[in-house]
Amino acid sequence: MPELSCQELIRFLDDYVDDTQPAELRAEFERHLEICPDCVDYLKTYRDTISLARGACAEDPSAPPPDDIPDELIQIILRSRPAG
Amino acid sequence: MVGLRKGDHDAFDSFVRLFAPRAMRIARRVLQNEADAADAVQDAFISAMSSIRQFRADCQLATWFQRVVTNAALMKLRSKLRKDIRSIDELAPAFYADGHRIGPKPAWAQTPDEILERSERCRMVHERISQLPEDSRNVVLLRDIQQESTAETARQLGVSESVVKTRLHRARQALRSMIEEELVVA
Repeated sequence: MPELSCQELIRFLDDYVDDTQPAELRAEFERHLEICPDCVDYLKTYRDTISLARGACAEDPSAPPPDDIPDELIQIILRSRPAG
Repeated sequence: MVGLRKGDHDAFDSFVRLFAPRAMRIARRVLQNEADAADAVQDAFISAMSSIRQFRADCQLATWFQRVVTNAALMKLRSKLRKDIRSIDELAPAFYADGHRIGPKPAWAQTPDEILERSERCRMVHERISQLPEDSRNVVLLRDIQQESTAETARQLGVSESVVKTRLHRARQALRSMIEEELVVA
């Protein structure tokens, strides 16, 4: 079997990160990662990007909602209700 | 839900009073400015009401509205900064004919937690997400931020699962490139 190239690894990196590959292909990815520091760095920064997006934007559903919403804003939103 | 779809005033009143506080928290975090956050929340409710008929009752109203608010806040941020949408194609990794990547850079020196500890870095991440094209941004919001499944994301966006997978991978690569532009000095 020909060796996996960096381009092929990066093209299907989402399947590797999301762990949706067949075991044989995953093993091939891991063999490539053992010998390719550039792809190891790409994989790390790809994963870091996902963590950064989530960390910057994710809402904690267990956190209590703030109680300092101006009533004026509520009234403006209520008045702006599109005609149904 | 039925009342909201029918345009019922009382249903809309309850919806606003229930969801405005959490919406304001999301918008404040992205925009870090009270007036801009209030504008984004208002935009989000208008956007939600105009698309409520497409909302599927089998997905959570809170989750759906959270994406609408985050999107509204990111769009407000981008318009305020006068930043353009970036081309996904231009941000994709490039390769030599032999399959090696062109211009690889080292991994980032800091962990995501260390990066987000600094407010200007956190803001930078918001800005870069806001510069993704809308299709890509929605997939990132649903899959990576709200951690919905590929199937649920496909259902909410009305596209196939393979489209979700392709868009997500390209969006992650583009976002990664934009963040790298900020974090790694050439």
